[in-house]
Amino acid sequence: MDPVVLLRGAVALTGRFPALSGVDLSVAAGEVVSVVGANGAGKTTLLRVCAGLVPVSSGEAIVLGVDLRADPSAVRRRVGLLGHAPSLYDELTAAENVRFALRAAGLGADRATPALERVGITGRLAKTVAGGLSAGQRRRVALSVLVARAPELWLLDEPHAGLDAGARNLLSDLVTEAVRSGASVMFSSHESEVAAAMSDRRVTMSGGRVADVTSGGRRAKLAAVGEGGSHVA
Amino acid sequence: MWRDALLVAGKDLRIELRSRVALWQVLPVAVLSLVLYAFALGPARHTLAAAAPGLFWLAVLFSTVLATQRSFAIESGEGTRDGLRVSGIDPAGVFLGKAAAVAAELAVLQVVLWAAMTLLFGVHIHTAWLAIVASFLATIGLATAGTLYGALSAGLRVRETLLPLLVLPVLAPVLLAASRAWSGALTGPVSSGESWLRILGPFAAVYLVVGIVLYGPLLETA
Repeated sequence: MDPVVLLRGAVALTGRFPALSGVDLSVAAGEVVSVVGANGAGKTTLLRVCAGLVPVSSGEAIVLGVDLRADPSAVRRRVGLLGHAPSLYDELTAAENVRFALRAAGLGADRATPALERVGITGRLAKTVAGGLSAGQRRRVALSVLVARAPELWLLDEPHAGLDAGARNLLSDLVTEAVRSGASVMFSSHESEVAAAMSDRRVTMSGGRVADVTSGGRRAKLAAVGEGGSHVA
Repeated sequence: MWRDALLVAGKDLRIELRSRVALWQVLPVAVLSLVLYAFALGPARHTLAAAAPGLFWLAVLFSTVLATQRSFAIESGEGTRDGLRVSGIDPAGVFLGKAAAVAAELAVLQVVLWAAMTLLFGVHIHTAWLAIVASFLATIGLATAGTLYGALSAGLRVRETLLPLLVLPVLAPVLLAASRAWSGALTGPVSSGESWLRILGPFAAVYLVVGIVLYGPLLETA
């Protein structure tokens, strides 16, 4: 089966400087890959390249079978990106934000309520404007967009940041559910141990390159809790 | 493209209705500028009446800059620009939707400004169809050109000061043509006002087409 993400010598520039300087990486279908590294190592740029948001100036970059150097916009509708800051409009309610994202993707707005309920945003919270929600609640709303859209590739940029223990467990469950439904997941993290526990492979980046790749413990933990278990983080 | 345009326009207008920035900031600034123009010109009614069309469209022009800046401020929140880019929305639809929302705000603004001008300057429209057609074409021209240049400056840190510098010279033909057309609608002759529609129409059409074609590449590079 073709890899979901295939980067060979991928170079991406931020201004005039290379944020990625020759990255080789392959992500298989149904795989969870964590990306760790110090600030400025290229984690966010790597995820944004895979989302088709940062152009690849040289090397090979194929995501979901799409050559990013030829047509990056073709991959965007098929990936789900949770950035550092949730892409929410402060003046729209949580439910309106999710419905807008769904309609923009050409999907039915009726998926919004179940998705919001899945992340624990119900009742009054769903009708609260995003600007009135806490950082953790905003992140849950942004996650509900991914749940509702069910993209083929989840790209999560430091998804644990600002989340309490309950939300971290929820995130872990959502990743497990996404993989079970056939999606692949890449996420960045500053927390090396959490990253290893939640992923199949942990990629360490340094200076815009892949410095190290180690096995993660996600499958072992899933096996320990009987595959259908939750809260693997 | 049209479905996306409706979606984006609806979103922008809903946000404006909630935030009320247009209502409490853009509209008062426009009306205030009319009052200040009236102070500057003095109380002579004939002077005010003669200058009324130009002052009206000058107020609309400055309001266009504010409305355009506001339109792009909506997308300046952390993550929202990326969100829009990965949403799958056709960039041409984003352009049309944003321009339509700005045009709707400008249309409401013109109604209020017209009421204020009637009150302050004592002027009345004699040829309503000419004023309406001129307003319609000028509004499309202002909204489309404003949205296009708004996208051009959106990614820059100096966008607030750069946008007026970029867009005001470009919109000068609309100011001139709409003022002359309205002058014809207010005091006549109608034929001289009509002739200025030949500038407003092509201007609106050109920026509409250029915006649809170029907005996507602009979003990528901004």
